[in-house]
Amino acid sequence: MGNIKRKIFSIIGNVIAIITSLVVMIPLIVLLINSFKSSGEANSMSLKLPEKWMFENYLVVIEQGKLVSSFFNGLLYATCSVLILILVVSAAAFVISRNFKGINKFVYYFIIAGIAMPINNVALMKVMQALHLVNTRYGIVLLYAAINIPLSLFLCYGFIGTIPREIDEAAVIDGCTPFKLFTRIIAPLLKPIISTLFVLNFMAVWNDFTMPLYYLNNSRKWPMTLAVYNFFGAFENSWNLVSADIILTLLPVLIIFILGQKYIVGGVSAGAVKG
Amino acid sequence: MILAVMYYFGLPNVLGTRVSRAKRYLVRTAWRTIITIDRKGVRQNMDRKKLYPWYFTGGALIIFFLLCFLPGMIGIFYSFTDWNNFTSEVNFVGLKNYKEIFEGNSEYIKYIMNTIVFTIVTTIMKTVVGLALALLLTQKFVKFKTFHRMVIFSPQVMSYLVVGLVFKSMLHPTTGFLNNFLRSIGLDWLAKNWLTDLKLVFPSVMTVDTWKGMGYIMVVIIAGLLSISPDYYEAASIDGASFWQKFRCITLPLLRPIVINVTVLNVTYGLRVFDMIYSLTNGGPGNATGVINTAVYKEFSKGDFAMGTTLSSILFLFVLCLLYFIIKSMENKEVDM
Repeated sequence: MGNIKRKIFSIIGNVIAIITSLVVMIPLIVLLINSFKSSGEANSMSLKLPEKWMFENYLVVIEQGKLVSSFFNGLLYATCSVLILILVVSAAAFVISRNFKGINKFVYYFIIAGIAMPINNVALMKVMQALHLVNTRYGIVLLYAAINIPLSLFLCYGFIGTIPREIDEAAVIDGCTPFKLFTRIIAPLLKPIISTLFVLNFMAVWNDFTMPLYYLNNSRKWPMTLAVYNFFGAFENSWNLVSADIILTLLPVLIIFILGQKYIVGGVSAGAVKG
Repeated sequence: MILAVMYYFGLPNVLGTRVSRAKRYLVRTAWRTIITIDRKGVRQNMDRKKLYPWYFTGGALIIFFLLCFLPGMIGIFYSFTDWNNFTSEVNFVGLKNYKEIFEGNSEYIKYIMNTIVFTIVTTIMKTVVGLALALLLTQKFVKFKTFHRMVIFSPQVMSYLVVGLVFKSMLHPTTGFLNNFLRSIGLDWLAKNWLTDLKLVFPSVMTVDTWKGMGYIMVVIIAGLLSISPDYYEAASIDGASFWQKFRCITLPLLRPIVINVTVLNVTYGLRVFDMIYSLTNGGPGNATGVINTAVYKEFSKGDFAMGTTLSSILFLFVLCLLYFIIKSMENKEVDM
């Protein structure tokens, strides 16, 4: 009796797991199939394979959707802002974690509060104008670094706490200055957390859509998300092209996800990812 | 001290492992003494303020202050003015903007209510679904657990905008996949106008948000489940506890800090939601799915900056009230990988 019951449970459990996975995968599979269909066929979306595989859809999309330039824009914004972010955050987390009192404690909570606080985009416009950052590439890079500082600091602070202080002491005895101590001794030890921060923030920036919407009104400076949104507006009735565009936008992130899975899942569980 | 130095250089382990803690302590104190007494000048270097200079925090602090904190403050200031795009003059108008939002039956109240409903419903849905999936995908009898976990987590890495566009095409009333599928299996009556029907549109949006967010909750809860020692379950089994009893008396209490942490993150996300709704419905039809941040963007593009910043400030102040609990819950988290 117990055996049969267990078997039924196991079948039901497996079926539920498979159905849930299908619910997640089917939209993506449908898009993939549709991206190879002709415009007429794609008008009714289904899992039916295309009669004729239209690989040229992708060429059309890359040309019409300005995907190459927006791909490099996105790459530029994500890489630069993440590098700035990692530099300032690791230095700050190092000092705050090693000397957690007085003003450092205040700075920590002040920045950490930014994890939850919403950003006032309208007033931010005013600040960006005053700093001459509106509609510039370095403006958006700095902005991305800024909005991702709180969570990264939180994660990095937690990690530096696990590095023993005796290392600092030994380094100082050997004549290290604070700057050398950080660059030569501590920074190499931060590799795991830096990888996590890199992957998490890279994806957050790559996927963001709000900031360019507000602060970049020149289509040549748009990253991929905004380009695909614009393309969607212009080609709303050619589902095959829209599907191909979405697939191309998803591809880089999915590749990073598969390669950096360890860091993403680790980072997600260690703190939080909201991207 | 001599003894300690001998130990440090690996001399015979006379005292054995039992006193290893005392030994380590000895070595450490010896080192400290050497550091502070034997060498001049080093002592000064060990001063925390000099070794960990404050200006290391400068970069992060300046960027964050200028681009995140300052706009919040300026925003609150401008919410008392009539700042707009049409005149360069900015006049002080007192509480007029706030009155306009809270007095009578304005559309703004609807946006605020929508934001709250969205936050509560998606938080509950994501937590319940995520918890159920986590429980299921840690059972021994489920095949290909890692594959399922990876697939269910994968929407988390996609852009909200892209997810919005994917479902905009999936849920299209005539050409979309969902309605085509329902018709092909003979359930025509279920094929609805998912994103244009006033009654259905908000539930649809919230379901799509759950589709994207459930994997994240699942992964975090799985990490929590795996950290619970199997001894508890074994002991409970010996005492004859049923699955449900074990879940209620062992799993839930031990998962509590994680669930609270995750809930807080979902709430802060829900209050700030923008991309998903903007790309799925753009607040429509009418203003059925408008939330605070889509309204802010609408006011911003209309040029009514004062109203935009007032709405943003209301959200800012609301989260500020919750901030203490948010930070507390983050620091209490007990998951680490």
